[in-house]
Amino acid sequence: MSLKTYRQATWDAMKEEMLRDPAVYAMAEDIIGNGGSMGHYIGLGEAVGDPSRVMDAPISETAIVASAVGAALAGMRPVIDLRFSNCLPVCMDELVNQAAKSRYMFGGQGKVHMVVRCPDGILKMQGAHHTDCLEAWFAHVPGLQVVIPSSPAEGKGLLKTAIRNDNPVMFFEHKMLFGMEGEVPDEEYTIPIGKARIARAGSDVSIVTYGIMVSRALTAAAELAREGIDAEVIDLRSLTPWDKETVLASVRRTGRAVVAHEAVRKCGFGAELSAVIAEEAFADLKAPVQRIGAPFVPIPMSPHLEDMCRTLPGDVAAAARRTLGR
Amino acid sequence: MLTREELLRHYETMATIRSFDLEAKRAREAGEILGNVHVYVGEEAIATGVCACLERKDYIESTHRGHGHTIAKGADIRAMMAELYGKAAGCCHGKGGSQHIADFSVGMLGANGIVGGGFGLAVGAALAARFQKTGAVSVVFFGDGASNRGTFHEAANMAAAWHLPVIFVCENNRIACSTPHETGGQQAVMDLSKRAAGYDMASYVVNGNDFFAVYDAMQRLVDRARKGEGKACGFLECKTHRPFGHIVGDAQRYRDPALAKARWEADDCIRNFERRCIASGWLEQADFDAVQTRVAQRIAEAKQFAVESPYPDESVLFADLYD
Repeated sequence: MSLKTYRQATWDAMKEEMLRDPAVYAMAEDIIGNGGSMGHYIGLGEAVGDPSRVMDAPISETAIVASAVGAALAGMRPVIDLRFSNCLPVCMDELVNQAAKSRYMFGGQGKVHMVVRCPDGILKMQGAHHTDCLEAWFAHVPGLQVVIPSSPAEGKGLLKTAIRNDNPVMFFEHKMLFGMEGEVPDEEYTIPIGKARIARAGSDVSIVTYGIMVSRALTAAAELAREGIDAEVIDLRSLTPWDKETVLASVRRTGRAVVAHEAVRKCGFGAELSAVIAEEAFADLKAPVQRIGAPFVPIPMSPHLEDMCRTLPGDVAAAARRTLGR
Repeated sequence: MLTREELLRHYETMATIRSFDLEAKRAREAGEILGNVHVYVGEEAIATGVCACLERKDYIESTHRGHGHTIAKGADIRAMMAELYGKAAGCCHGKGGSQHIADFSVGMLGANGIVGGGFGLAVGAALAARFQKTGAVSVVFFGDGASNRGTFHEAANMAAAWHLPVIFVCENNRIACSTPHETGGQQAVMDLSKRAAGYDMASYVVNGNDFFAVYDAMQRLVDRARKGEGKACGFLECKTHRPFGHIVGDAQRYRDPALAKARWEADDCIRNFERRCIASGWLEQADFDAVQTRVAQRIAEAKQFAVESPYPDESVLFADLYD
């Protein structure tokens, strides 16, 4: 194991996969000059011995995504990066109609093996055009996979799998992750997409979450432990597919569930989780599911208003207490 | 100069597209097939002239009006007809239909239900060809209406900036669905190829109803693109006719259908081809008659195959969605 930032761990993943498979290339705006929006591609082209495989694109999000779809259909494995998830609405046709449907609609004649990396989430005072968490939009689209890593080690293993698998993968990475440090295995490894991780085992309440919220839920669980509440934290890792079996087994055991994300609560992925738990584990529930997320408002720039939109450990702990009537 | 065999082959391609789409039109009007059917009748010389310059390894991206491109690139018309009927033997196993027809085995990467959806995909296919060093070129067909999408401009800029072997083939039939090109307030330029200058691309404007004009200009663009050096991408604008409605069943309230048809009949690309070949002494009427007889038979066989083929089994609903 080595202590690495998420930025370094995912850089390693890119390098390893590019060295492993000549079909993999990276494309983004400002990928050379700034090394990507979070500096997560600095020196990658040189490291793989071929700078032409790390391509600086014009400010043309629709062409970046569409070219990746076309290149994938012609046999390549593009990894593109949209800098901020708020660029996603600029290229919705390319994602929803072209990337998601080309394989199915053409009867499996071609596959769209591509990864769309999308740094997202609230950092600090960036305002409404740089902060949205839009994963639920894409979880609603058949044909796309939605993967959301929670730590440096998770990011590396999931990114490698996303590059290797044959599906178009939306890879949402919270901006706060990039500077986060964690232990990363030194040996080669990948993490399967669709299998959740029990980040902390517990018996009183199941906290179901993903991405940056996993670390916040673990902080909440430590706080709850001091109060004698034993919380289980489930890291979903991916929303399409999502690991229903692991979630339902946990909820059946604890009888209580909190679903949490930083995205706007209304129509967020938590609504799907909550509905399925209610549909399939109703008899085992000792309390209503608690669903938390951001208020239904564009993220304001002003710091104290912005803070009102964060979903923090205190919010998770409070929701867990509510399931216990505290 | 094309050989007699080449002339006959290209004539047969145009005749096949014409017969295929007249049959598709008839079947749609009769209710034998449903859904959106856009026929390519009138524009056959463009797909045929363009694809005559391509090899099997080259890629094409098509439009909602994609049967002609697919046939010209070499797809099997039986599988295509079965696709229109939603049958399991269709080239997309019945999941695409007329508007999303594709045959990857001949480099036809798909029709597109989104107007202007193919531009960036063609750039990507060209990029793949460069990475893979196959020497393939990539062609995107689009209409005058689609040229107003931002996707055209982003893709044109990207292809030109990276000197990718992409050829933009504009089928200017002078009407975007129901809105006339000249008077409909669609764009300021009437020769859409003028836009190529903004991307420093080679461009030609030709009579799209003249197979030989399309072929000659396309050959020059393909030669440049194939070399893969310097300015590889190009723009070919083909002025043409759309004698029928936007879609089968379109009542064409926006124009005089009889006038549109009469204008086309006076400048029909297939008649133009026949006249040119006879006047030049290259082919005779008997040659054309023999081709037409063979084509009619092949279309009839394709239709019978499509009608008699089974629908997909319910078990394939989720097939080819994810691994």
